[in-house]
Amino acid sequence: MADDMLKSGNLPENPERATLEGRNKFLGFWFFLGGETVLFASLFGTYLALRNSTVDGPSSQELFGLGLVFLMTVILLTSSLTSVYAMYHMKNNDFKKMQLWLGITVVLGLAFLGLEIYEFVHYVHDYEFGYTTSAFSTAFYTLVGFHGAHVAFGLAWIISLMVRNAKRGLNLYNAPKFYVASLYWHFIDVVWVFIFTVVYLMGVVL
Amino acid sequence: MSTTANQKAGFGSTLWEYLTTVDHKKIAILYLIGGLFFFLLGGLQAMLIRIQLISPDNEFISAQFYNELMTMHGTTMIFLAAMPLLFALMNAVLPLQIGARDVAFPFVNALGFWLFFFGGIFLNVSWFAGGAPDVGWTAYAPLSIFSEGHGVDYYAIGLQISGFGTLMAGINFIVTVINMRAPGMSFMRMPLFTWTSFIASVLILFAFPALTVGLFLLTFDRLFGGNFFDPEMGGNVIIWEHLFWIFGHPEVYILILPAFGVFSEIIPTFSKKRLFGYSSMVFATVLIAFLGFMVWAHHMFTVGLGPIANSIFAVATMAIAVPTGIKIFNWLFTMWGGNIRLTSPMVFALAFIPTFTIGGITGVMLASAAADFQYHDSYFVVAHFHYVIVGGVVLGIFAGLIYWWPKMFGTMLNEKLNHWFFWLFFIGFNLTFFVQHFLGLMGMPRRYWKFLPDQGLDLFNLISTIGAFFMAAGTIVFLYNVIVTQLKGEKVSGDPWDARTLEWGIPSPPPFYNFKQEPLVRGLDPLWVEKRQGNGKIQPAEPLGDIHMPNNSFAPFMLSLGLFIAAFGVVYQGSMWVLAAIGFAITAGSMLYRSMKDDLGYHIHKEDLEKEGDGSNG
Repeated sequence: MADDMLKSGNLPENPERATLEGRNKFLGFWFFLGGETVLFASLFGTYLALRNSTVDGPSSQELFGLGLVFLMTVILLTSSLTSVYAMYHMKNNDFKKMQLWLGITVVLGLAFLGLEIYEFVHYVHDYEFGYTTSAFSTAFYTLVGFHGAHVAFGLAWIISLMVRNAKRGLNLYNAPKFYVASLYWHFIDVVWVFIFTVVYLMGVVL
Repeated sequence: MSTTANQKAGFGSTLWEYLTTVDHKKIAILYLIGGLFFFLLGGLQAMLIRIQLISPDNEFISAQFYNELMTMHGTTMIFLAAMPLLFALMNAVLPLQIGARDVAFPFVNALGFWLFFFGGIFLNVSWFAGGAPDVGWTAYAPLSIFSEGHGVDYYAIGLQISGFGTLMAGINFIVTVINMRAPGMSFMRMPLFTWTSFIASVLILFAFPALTVGLFLLTFDRLFGGNFFDPEMGGNVIIWEHLFWIFGHPEVYILILPAFGVFSEIIPTFSKKRLFGYSSMVFATVLIAFLGFMVWAHHMFTVGLGPIANSIFAVATMAIAVPTGIKIFNWLFTMWGGNIRLTSPMVFALAFIPTFTIGGITGVMLASAAADFQYHDSYFVVAHFHYVIVGGVVLGIFAGLIYWWPKMFGTMLNEKLNHWFFWLFFIGFNLTFFVQHFLGLMGMPRRYWKFLPDQGLDLFNLISTIGAFFMAAGTIVFLYNVIVTQLKGEKVSGDPWDARTLEWGIPSPPPFYNFKQEPLVRGLDPLWVEKRQGNGKIQPAEPLGDIHMPNNSFAPFMLSLGLFIAAFGVVYQGSMWVLAAIGFAITAGSMLYRSMKDDLGYHIHKEDLEKEGDGSNG
């Protein structure tokens, strides 16, 4: 039994749910994402309460440029799509293509993170909009920063999985790990859709 | 790993076993030790509070120390005593009740414990580092923002760490119940304790993240110059109250639902009847959980949310009395016509019903928003929540501990001492808290260090303090009982209470793999079904085969230790950032180790199981 877990090739149709451990991880992770939803909902609520509390600092209309944010959104949404391709290849037991698409996902994720860091630096230097400037700035950096930290963690996670399993291919033991990491990545993406809407679009328009 | 337990394990190897264990039964014992330790600590703090309030204008302790005691008593009792003690029961019993060999994530189970443990220790380090938090267990902003020293930092980060552990434990139990049930154990055959623990875990999952965020905001405001709760910078102090109570009210049900479950096991066993209205009990549990999420603002009636918001929350709160009433009547009907045995767990259950009902009635009184303006922040509130928490949760915990003690340790607590414990504790509890209703109605505000003489408050405060000593005496009797019982070590059978559910069908304490063969469940109260319709033994659902077991791991300990170390760096900053770097490196390293290392567990072979004989299912 134990040896079968690490054997690659000839995997069943849904390798991520073929073992009890896999099914547990699959279900447990969905529940974890449920908890994460409440976490982000709380942060969104806080942000909505404080988004106009700019005191003497810059307001959202002065700060946000939709061009950069649009680019970031496209990049992150695309990375979600590429991670779907990776999972598609996982289910077809094609390890190399899975790694390739995960690699593209990571590159896109890094690009997103780089742009986010650029955005924050830009706000701090050009607008003197720091973490302590106003309640609005604190709420903004906390919400968007929490998301950014999730992206960074997701990247570290996917990269370590790719490196760890590079030489041994897909098996029943690591398939759930890859799958769960991709679920996490989708979740990050969904949260960004809300950030794009609630923080940036509403920030510019309302 | 040997399959036969080593009877003469040395102290070192036993310690190492417990530091690395992933066995739910051992983790239950760890939770029990941790929870009892903090229960005693919180009890000691309560005693000091009551001694201070024994007479008017008392100078027994300073005002600052009083504030710290009052804060730490509440925080400790809720987060570090009641919850871990319930987790002890859940870990000990839940997998056995559904016929599982372990929880879904044994590693995460251990991690949950160690996070709770280190979070609790970190919180209590504050006593020795310039003073404990002094802002009440609710830590309302802006008081918590402007509190001097590092007490509140310890509060925010300590609870954050232990909160992560709680969240993990919650997810673990949810998945365990959904995925790990034995053949035939359908949802509507699950014992009520499993049901209520399951629902409480769902509450944990959706309530704790709100606390996580609240604590993060508090931490950021205090340590990193954030402005969430600073009105001068545009902040809003009410955000904290909302986040805290969005967590805090479901937390009340997280505590009480498992206690309901305990009594729903005890009452049928000692009435020799199946639980009356099983499906309505399940329904009531789910309904309480559902409503529990939409009543948080009843803690905030006096904030000024407006009459409409107050009315909605008032009505929703009162609605919870309906499913709770269903439960009360079901327990009564279970006993009706039953063959009642007055064992100590049953006596706890009998006492619980009226005391909890009193707490429920004052709850409905408090739910009337208009009247609440009078009760708010008075001793009436203190009396109310002690009636539900001590009269409900604590009685439930001790009833459960006494009831499942044989299953956990293979020994039986002395019944005579159990009864002594009960009567001392129960009389003391009512002496302490019943009079506090009147103190509150007479206008005595809660959380005050002193009260003035000749205001008519002297006598009731004295009675209250005397009651506290009775409770302490009762607790000492319990501890004495535990020590004596364990020293004697007289073993009992697998089913000393003549009980009904699956866990009593295996030896006490169970072998580390729980069930030699997966059990076959043929109805509600499976063991009782076999006693009445079969040969009294749980039937196996599979032929004897290899059993897959998880490996022990030291990573949960290290991962939690890392956060513990890092927390000091975050609190003190400056040159102490080094500690944060070291701590986070340990945590990240442990996580990476866990992720990288193939941990496939091991198998107990069929031949070894056959050698052990004794037929663990019989």
